[in-house]
Amino acid sequence: MTPSATWKAHSPLPGFSLSLGFTLAYLSLFVLIPLAALAIRPWENGLDSVIAATTSPRAQAALRLSFVAAAVAAAVNAVMGGLLAWVLTRYDFPGKRLADAVIDLPFALPTAVAGIALTALYAQNGPIGGLLAPLGIKIAYTPAGVVVAMIFVGLPFVVRSIQPVLQDLDQEVEAAAETLGASPFQTATRIILPALLPALLSGVGLAFARGVGEYGSVIFIAGNMPLRSEIAPLLIVTQLEQFDYAGAATIGMAMLILSFLILLGFNGLQTLIARRGA
Amino acid sequence: MTARALSLAPASAARKRGLGRGLLIGLALLWLVLIVLAPLGVILIEALRKGTSVALASLSQPDVWAAARLTLLTTAVATPLNAAFGLAAAWCVTRFDFIGKTLLMALIDLPLSVSPVISGLVWVLLFGASGWFAPWLNAAGLQIMFTPVAIVLATILVTLPYVARELIPLMQQQGSDEELAALTLGARPSAIFFFITLPNVRWALLYGVLLANARAMGEFGAVSVVSGHIRGLTNTLPLHVEILYNEYDFVGAFATAALLAVLALVTLVLKSFLEHRHADDLAARGRR
Repeated sequence: MTPSATWKAHSPLPGFSLSLGFTLAYLSLFVLIPLAALAIRPWENGLDSVIAATTSPRAQAALRLSFVAAAVAAAVNAVMGGLLAWVLTRYDFPGKRLADAVIDLPFALPTAVAGIALTALYAQNGPIGGLLAPLGIKIAYTPAGVVVAMIFVGLPFVVRSIQPVLQDLDQEVEAAAETLGASPFQTATRIILPALLPALLSGVGLAFARGVGEYGSVIFIAGNMPLRSEIAPLLIVTQLEQFDYAGAATIGMAMLILSFLILLGFNGLQTLIARRGA
Repeated sequence: MTARALSLAPASAARKRGLGRGLLIGLALLWLVLIVLAPLGVILIEALRKGTSVALASLSQPDVWAAARLTLLTTAVATPLNAAFGLAAAWCVTRFDFIGKTLLMALIDLPLSVSPVISGLVWVLLFGASGWFAPWLNAAGLQIMFTPVAIVLATILVTLPYVARELIPLMQQQGSDEELAALTLGARPSAIFFFITLPNVRWALLYGVLLANARAMGEFGAVSVVSGHIRGLTNTLPLHVEILYNEYDFVGAFATAALLAVLALVTLVLKSFLEHRHADDLAARGRR
């Protein structure tokens, strides 16, 4: 038995060392070394400067805005994305295939394009912003604008996560619940939602992560006022422009660690639900 | 079963159900129009605000052409590299069992959960004015930051997982029986790859390339951080949209945006075509 057999199961197929070697080299070059810089550079001026960079009022405000707005947007997408997935899998109506195809538009549309389009829509002289202005609602150039942009980019994640599960869900169970006298509300909360929850959580987690890191579609609509409507990625850019590499890296690292912890929580919740369901 | 249950229900309940269904469809479609279609529409309206000829004239500026060239060049370098990486990664992950495989797969997905700005930032930390490699670069008289090279590097990082993520589940599903059969019949490794593996995954490969390509052409955050925004030199189309917009050249900005939106729509059409025509040759949908 060769030493390599201890870490790799035997296979007669060729190309293992070649493909693994190329994969590892490529990942090191484009992912590992760059991210190592992100992990190491914040500490070059000591722990105190890391604490100072993450606890400054401006950094705190930016991080809070990115995470809270992403959470609100993910919650909205959970409801409206869930509704869209439901309608697209369960009902037939004219234009259904088109509606299904345009769900992916936020994936395909460059974020800067989405950003200026949303700004034009929700500015006070825009078609939607103009309707809301008399009601005293301002969207563009406020934190609400940040949420709107994050709803746009996050929508497909939720819909595409739920759709296949809804498709596979046995409709006879719903019909059975109905014949046993369950109201539509009971059927929805007791039968459909529990089956859907793991997929919904994973979709919402993806939408949330995307929202936290989102830059292009947000910066146009946000107004970018420090302490008020400045998102964390923009703060990174600002600090880079001032050649504060360590500060920028610190905010970047903080964002990654926070998102990682939140997604870990989401995964834990998913496992918990799956175990209870089994 | 459903049909019988429906027919047993009283007529008024059926009518109520139809009403509820209509309401749900209406609400969902209204949301889709408001959130997704309205932005698309407003791009066209704003681009054509001063007429088609003004919009077309703003598209024929040399800066737009230079930006389009750089966008195409970036994509032409990044996408084939990531496709080769996707094939290699999928081959070693789906055809062999080894310790650390789960970690490797998590690493491949990692760029998806990193903010685009961070995907740009890391290259500045390496190659910027006070980056890790700055002393060597200065000594050699080389410049990476604020050149097309940096733009390509940032784009590769952002689009790295797309092809691999389409190929891995499909090749897992297909298994290695055909390749093993070819091997016992004495096929050379290159023959196995070109006559069995590649034809089996060709539609998924195309699908992944399509997604990677769309993301590469549209990437903004990562590219914005490393580009330096030098017009005619390090400006991609999405960056050019921002420059025009910040200069209050709204027709130019929205015309360029419309060009990118058309590319996005073409991507969507090709994508749904692949999903409908070659559904069996793509991995089961629903994991993104």
